[in-house]
Amino acid sequence: MSSRPDDLDINDEYKYGFHDPEQAVYKAEKGLTEEVVRNMSAMKDEPEWMLEFRLKALATFHAKPMPKWGSTELLNSIDFEEIYYYLKPTEQQGETWDDVPEYIKNTFEKLGIPEAERKFLAGVSAQYESEVVYHSLQKEIEKQGVIFLDMDAGLREHEDLVRKYFASVIPAEDNKFSALNSAVWSGGSFVYIPPGVEVTMPLQAYFRINAENMGQFERTLIIADEGSRVHYIEGCTAPTYVKDSLHSAVVEIIALPGAQLRYTTIQNWSKNVYNLVTKRANAYENALVEWVDGNLGSKLTMKYPCVNLLGEGAHGEILSVAFANEGQHQDAGAKIHHVAPRTTSRITSKSISKAGGRSSYRGMIKVEPGAVDSKVHVECDALLMGDSSRSDTYPTMEIAEEQVQVEHEARVSKVGDEQLFYLMSRGLTEEEALVMVVNGFIEPFVKELPMEYAVELNRLIQLEMEGSVG
Amino acid sequence: MSDQTPIFEARGLRVAIEGKEILRGVNLTIERGQVHALMGRNGSGKSTLAYVALGHPSYEVLGGQVFYNGQDVTELDTDERARLGMFLAFQYPMAIPGVTVSKFMHSALKARAEGGNVQLREFREKLTSAMDLLGVDKSFTGRYVNEGFSGGEKKRLEILQMFMLEPSFSILDETDSGLDIDALKTVAEGVNATRSDERSHLVITHYQRLLNYIAPDVVHVMMDGKIVRTGGPELAHQLEEKGYEWLEDELLQPAGA
Repeated sequence: MSSRPDDLDINDEYKYGFHDPEQAVYKAEKGLTEEVVRNMSAMKDEPEWMLEFRLKALATFHAKPMPKWGSTELLNSIDFEEIYYYLKPTEQQGETWDDVPEYIKNTFEKLGIPEAERKFLAGVSAQYESEVVYHSLQKEIEKQGVIFLDMDAGLREHEDLVRKYFASVIPAEDNKFSALNSAVWSGGSFVYIPPGVEVTMPLQAYFRINAENMGQFERTLIIADEGSRVHYIEGCTAPTYVKDSLHSAVVEIIALPGAQLRYTTIQNWSKNVYNLVTKRANAYENALVEWVDGNLGSKLTMKYPCVNLLGEGAHGEILSVAFANEGQHQDAGAKIHHVAPRTTSRITSKSISKAGGRSSYRGMIKVEPGAVDSKVHVECDALLMGDSSRSDTYPTMEIAEEQVQVEHEARVSKVGDEQLFYLMSRGLTEEEALVMVVNGFIEPFVKELPMEYAVELNRLIQLEMEGSVG
Repeated sequence: MSDQTPIFEARGLRVAIEGKEILRGVNLTIERGQVHALMGRNGSGKSTLAYVALGHPSYEVLGGQVFYNGQDVTELDTDERARLGMFLAFQYPMAIPGVTVSKFMHSALKARAEGGNVQLREFREKLTSAMDLLGVDKSFTGRYVNEGFSGGEKKRLEILQMFMLEPSFSILDETDSGLDIDALKTVAEGVNATRSDERSHLVITHYQRLLNYIAPDVVHVMMDGKIVRTGGPELAHQLEEKGYEWLEDELLQPAGA
């Protein structure tokens, strides 16, 4: 019997595990106090209502217990006193590529982003440490009246819009980590698409965590006004550190009647990161919201993108991939809330567990009374590599309306010896064969990605599979 | 190495799976450019020989050796044997969901190409002409490997791979099973088209039927984990006519009786 991945020493060093010496201009004290929050808000020169909001959220965070599900052991090991809650790397935001500090450009270089792609990133807000460093908007997009700013600038320049929608989808008290984010949020994107505007080029944001023990609490708010169309893409790669790092983002989406919005994420956190994210969208009449969500890396990810189908004919779609390698737990899933009649939803979840990694699908489907003729389709596919890997499915359904159609399919498969033998009999090495099976498994996800992300994801999968055969 | 070296040789091969001995001393020599047929009943050990020839990890070699082109490959991994020039057309080809025939074929060619480079344009031209020859539909290339394929389509894909990879030695494991006569002819045409002085085939089959279309140079019969008789094409006809019982009875006769 040839060796399987799990009985081998995995030496796959995190490939993007370099880091720059910290060059932060301001660094808050470790730990989370009212003073830290007040200082942060004052430095950002925020309006009084935002400070109030933060302070109230802070109290909520302290009062709320940890979630009693997911990986409680890992959650309880987070030491909130050991985290920096605010870091401002450069005084000012870069407006053009030339303004971007050299060491940050170096980071992009080490990430292997090709020259052409770097240029393409010209429409990109790149979050470096906890402040948006570089942000430049495509001229055509500006002309269309599209707003694409970092969240802090959004608050300064479009206070009315922010005040109206901020925390309207995810209130601070939603859960312990949304409360934490609400108290200390910094950076993230603010996007507004005017009625009827179609943004043809995806809006892209690149994120980086850099400072050791640096909490990342970005806050993203996207408003797609009536009949508009947009694709927002967020990708993350993070360096490796010895100490644990917390990433707790909040992403809110409002899709007004007839709007079509897709939010694509590929995250590849280093293996010490706790990635605890709350993502939710409100979809009104005939609106379409799609979450495309790829999760690699991290120590623990807990993420359940949600769509509230609030208007008749709204459609929600959640397509996700989770890759749990040795020592990792991906607790990912999806939530759909059917409130209005004739709403439809589709969830496709794919998970890969390798070398003792653990992936869980946690899903919630809720259909309210009166959401007649609604349709739900859930598909969960798990691929296991190695005998000690684990996959669990926790589907919850609360259906309070009789006139609905609900389908749920779940499959667990193993990379079989026969499959590997077949591929190897064509000359592929065992590792090449494994990569091929895994890439095939996530193909339905990959084909939804823009080309450069598809290439990057395939490369990341290859890195994850490296050294899996001895 | 002179061209007199057999392309394939099994010497005193004894093989077990899950502790049960299946091959009990197989001796088989295949010369360059020849087509050999291996016949025998279900469970006689034919498929085991095919798997062991390619180094399937579930089979345990208890004794004996496998040679390819004069090289002892008994300890080599499956992919190493494949890259040397050995090929197996599977009786039950595996599905690889999400991987297109085109991508799969390109990867397989790259795996054996020097420097790992295969020009995409040359590859496409080669694939197209191979598909034309085998009467395979163009839509094939975009489909996922063996997923939702009919029995006939699966076997055609195996032959298509044999075409593209150009192995020096191919084993066809009951490629004829479950095929209608048209599919059978296609398979036979594929094999005949790859016959040359440089390429050898071992055709494993249950029935004489396929051998009407692929004329073998040598026919072997396997029983109970051993090759019990070797002869010319007439041996296949005798078996077809008289059945395996005839051979069993003959073998039971004491020598010289």
